[in-house]
Amino acid sequence: MPIELKMPALSPTMEEGTLAKWLVKEGDTVKSGDIMAEIETDKATMEFEAVDEGTIAQILVAEGTDNVKVGAVIAVLAGEGEDVDAAKSAQPTEARAGDAAAATPKADEKNDDKAPPTPEGTSQQHAETGARQLFDAADQEGEADPEIPAGTEMVKTTVRDALRDAMAEEMRADDRVFVMGEEVAEYQGAYKVTQGLLAEFGDRRVIDTPITEYGFAGIGTGAAMGGLRPVIEFMTFNFAMQAIDHIINSAAKTNYMSGGQMRCPIVFRGPNGAASRVGAQHSQNYGPWYASVPGLIVIAPYDAADAKGLLKAAIRSTDPVVFLENELMYGRSFDVPKLDDFVLPIGKARIMKPGKDVTIVSYSIGVGLALEAAEKLAGEGIDAEVIDLRTLRPLDTRTVLKSLKKTNRLVVVEEGWPTCSIASEIAAVVMEQGFDDLDAPVLRVTNEDVPLPYAANLEKLALITSDKVVAAVKKVTYKA
Amino acid sequence: MAKAPAQGRTSEPVIPNRERPGEPKRYEASKEELLSFYKEMLLIRRFEEKAGQLYGLGLIGGFCHLYIGQEAVAVGLQSALESGKDSVITGYRDHGHMLAYGIDPKVIMAELTGREAGISRGKGGSMHMFSTEHKFYGGHGIVGAQVSLGAGLAFGHKYSNDGGVCMAYFGDGAANQGQVYESFNMAELWKLPIIFVIENNQYAMGTSVNRASAEDQLYKRGESFRIPGIQVDGMDVLACRGAAEEALAWVRAGKGPIILEMKTYRYRGHSMSDPAKYRSRDEVQAMRDNSDPIEGLKRELNAAGVQEDELKAIEAEIRKVVNAAADFAESAPEPNPEELYTDVLVETY
Repeated sequence: MPIELKMPALSPTMEEGTLAKWLVKEGDTVKSGDIMAEIETDKATMEFEAVDEGTIAQILVAEGTDNVKVGAVIAVLAGEGEDVDAAKSAQPTEARAGDAAAATPKADEKNDDKAPPTPEGTSQQHAETGARQLFDAADQEGEADPEIPAGTEMVKTTVRDALRDAMAEEMRADDRVFVMGEEVAEYQGAYKVTQGLLAEFGDRRVIDTPITEYGFAGIGTGAAMGGLRPVIEFMTFNFAMQAIDHIINSAAKTNYMSGGQMRCPIVFRGPNGAASRVGAQHSQNYGPWYASVPGLIVIAPYDAADAKGLLKAAIRSTDPVVFLENELMYGRSFDVPKLDDFVLPIGKARIMKPGKDVTIVSYSIGVGLALEAAEKLAGEGIDAEVIDLRTLRPLDTRTVLKSLKKTNRLVVVEEGWPTCSIASEIAAVVMEQGFDDLDAPVLRVTNEDVPLPYAANLEKLALITSDKVVAAVKKVTYKA
Repeated sequence: MAKAPAQGRTSEPVIPNRERPGEPKRYEASKEELLSFYKEMLLIRRFEEKAGQLYGLGLIGGFCHLYIGQEAVAVGLQSALESGKDSVITGYRDHGHMLAYGIDPKVIMAELTGREAGISRGKGGSMHMFSTEHKFYGGHGIVGAQVSLGAGLAFGHKYSNDGGVCMAYFGDGAANQGQVYESFNMAELWKLPIIFVIENNQYAMGTSVNRASAEDQLYKRGESFRIPGIQVDGMDVLACRGAAEEALAWVRAGKGPIILEMKTYRYRGHSMSDPAKYRSRDEVQAMRDNSDPIEGLKRELNAAGVQEDELKAIEAEIRKVVNAAADFAESAPEPNPEELYTDVLVETY
């Protein structure tokens, strides 16, 4: 039997990739360990090695093809002693169907009597993971930010590129700004967020560190105390636990302890929250942790425009900022206004969708779910207002309370644990300052109160869904 | 039992496979310099004694870590630095380093008493004092944090190419913190201009070096990072200054970091609330009698022809300065209640 070579999944969140280069051609013999192709994922360019021995019978996806789905057959290998031509003719339909370069699968002439079969790897692409529901919901887009002048050109940009653009723009404008962290330079960023910065700014300003979070968080903080403006990248905020002492004890408290004498203008940034099937130690939302600390600014943007505008503001701020990104959002594209200097205000929530029946408050990836839920609710005649907090400290309680005054009902959606959460904080603020506006108890839709499990079904059960948001909204609107 | 302070350099190269700093020479000070060292050391001694008194009277609260016995270290080392160019950072036992950098004793003492006129406007206290004007970056209460922060200051000197060197002090206790070695690694990797000063006063709170350190010769702690170390008699201000010269020459030449292990001794407890059960009274007394840095310098001054009455006049002058600082610190008003909410953030959002 000829062997099908399939597009490999090279990272936990990879769904498709670019077949950058073939290093073998049809007729070549390969043995285990030979590098056959280079595949570009959303994070890096990876080498694709042969596992089996044989002869390349046919290459089905040409090099340079984008959006090749994981699991799609990209080549056929004739095993030892097998006839190459026979192998070649054995697999054409499936291969074409799997070639995702064409968005709609082209039926092969020889097989046009048959419907194209489901591409291999479909089950992998749509694996029942909890993160999947978050990821899908992230497609939801809200209203444009009110600060943008009418008629501004919008450019579809990924969150990843928006973050990179923000850093690059600020680095061009201010020599004191530099980026430091693990794999930020030569590797181009563990999640490619710093891609291209080394080439433009050189190794003086884009600095790879050893794996030593406590140490480089301290070095960054010290550099900020000395007058520079560091952007410290954590590969994920889970690893920042090793450095949290410097974030809180050294960075956040310095200005106060020095009687306003010593500044610490630093940005700690990186992905936060649950990714996909990476288990409990790599899946945690630190928003509530940092938001509890006076002296810190905490930002957790949802879309690309906010990511850019707020990261620029964070880098310019004289205060220490914790900037929480989300890995699942990096590859998502949103409109970003094409402006020379697009900076957004820190500490201001954004009304993503106006509504009158209920207020849904969220931040980061939860905003996607809130918008998805709002859409479902609209179909049932419930008009929800969706607020993206964007900044977790200082909290824009004014916008929340104003919305509550209008809707009298509130649900908080948070991809994180329930106990001592941002949702708890909002509930407390609303009770203290908006009690008379409440027609129903505030409900929290949060992850389950457990370490995030690995098993796909359990992960799914642990994370928030738009259905859970819908159910909560129906409860507070007494439509349940 | 504490080890006797090192006599001269005992730091033989462990592996002679790379360049090493030269043997530090005991500094040959002029009479004026000797007098200035004496004044600074005496100021620290008397200031700390007064702080201990005020603590006993309840005017200073919380933790208060005195520098008595260690005066030669800060005075000797910092006298070699260029003020306004080089930076200094230390831990919570920080009064001496500030006085050695010429910061007004009044605002330091007023910080200890928690007054508005204190250098941190009463919000920092004994462990959290800063003077960016003097490039003195604290005053840090988390043991070992100042080592990474100091490496960051050194990173800034290199990044800005300003020619400055950071002097980062930490104790024998902090020398066992993990982040110290993370910082050693990056400092050498990036050839940062930093002098790591280990003030080995023999006790981390109540735990002697030997009870806490597998390698108790702390100057060797940089070897696996290729950072050279020198052990210095920290009770001799001229040996301290001489070591600083050697270390600065090394660092300013772009050869990367260096470690100075200062063998010193604190006479008082770790903090004011130290019951001192871990060492004998005799041990402390023997150190005072035989190795006191101020008495030692007095002998140098006598040899240089300074008369006893001149030293007495200095003593009287310093007592006046310290008393004035104490009076100021006692009478200055406490911070305005509104100050509770200021300086949390710099900007308004």
